[in-house]
Amino acid sequence: MSGGLSIGELAPPLELPDTEGALHTLPLAGEVPASVVFWTCNHCPYALAWHDRLVDAARKYAERGVRFLAINSNDSDRYPRDSLDAMRERVASERWPFPYLHDEAQDAARAWGARVTPDLFVLDSDLILRYRGAPDADYQDRSQNAVWLREALDALLSGQEVPKAETEPVGCSIKWKQ
Amino acid sequence: MLRDEAGRLGVDPGSIEVREVGTDEAAEREGFVGSPTIRIDGSDIQATEEPAGLTCRVYRRPDGSVAPLPDRVQVHDALAGALKAKVR
Repeated sequence: MSGGLSIGELAPPLELPDTEGALHTLPLAGEVPASVVFWTCNHCPYALAWHDRLVDAARKYAERGVRFLAINSNDSDRYPRDSLDAMRERVASERWPFPYLHDEAQDAARAWGARVTPDLFVLDSDLILRYRGAPDADYQDRSQNAVWLREALDALLSGQEVPKAETEPVGCSIKWKQ
Repeated sequence: MLRDEAGRLGVDPGSIEVREVGTDEAAEREGFVGSPTIRIDGSDIQATEEPAGLTCRVYRRPDGSVAPLPDRVQVHDALAGALKAKVR
């Protein structure tokens, strides 16, 4: 896999506003056993198809202190469905269990090497990348239940090596500004 | 999948025209709302109010899920419906 953050590397810092304007940072004050940072958006069918599985995982792993951050880096001038207003409406109507961050300048996507939506990055407590890729093998098969993400989190939370550290992220390309 | 279903219904798969829409201007001009868009005799197989643009298409499946492609039954039904309308 080429470009951006590699397995075993320290994640770049983040400082992005959510849909209500509150800033979210990485690192976060206090200890977090694992963090899931993922790129998503409002209009990509792959991101939409996997969304509920990520919500379920976020709710389950929140009990164990795992932090989830969703980021939208798409160019909202060319893709109005990814505007901040549209993001805000979606969070409000769907009751997201994680903040939806707006990477308007696309700096975070560039720094992390995010390529598609969804594109997942799982970090350990030291913010080292331990898993990068898709939630599971098939966006069409709900029964897969984000198993690759869950396996990565289960391994991290039990102090084990992540069994499958990298998979190919599948989805729509990040919509870069021209 | 489209060619398969066309062939099953006796439509020459070679009659399917594949067109690339490569710019925002072309998308606007063509009313192109995402890839892939499938039109039969000019009609979209799944009407949508999405704005024109170079993006991935969102298809609503019969089971309520969303996907980047229609399912085979939807493609089959759209083709069969268009053929039926022609015969009338």
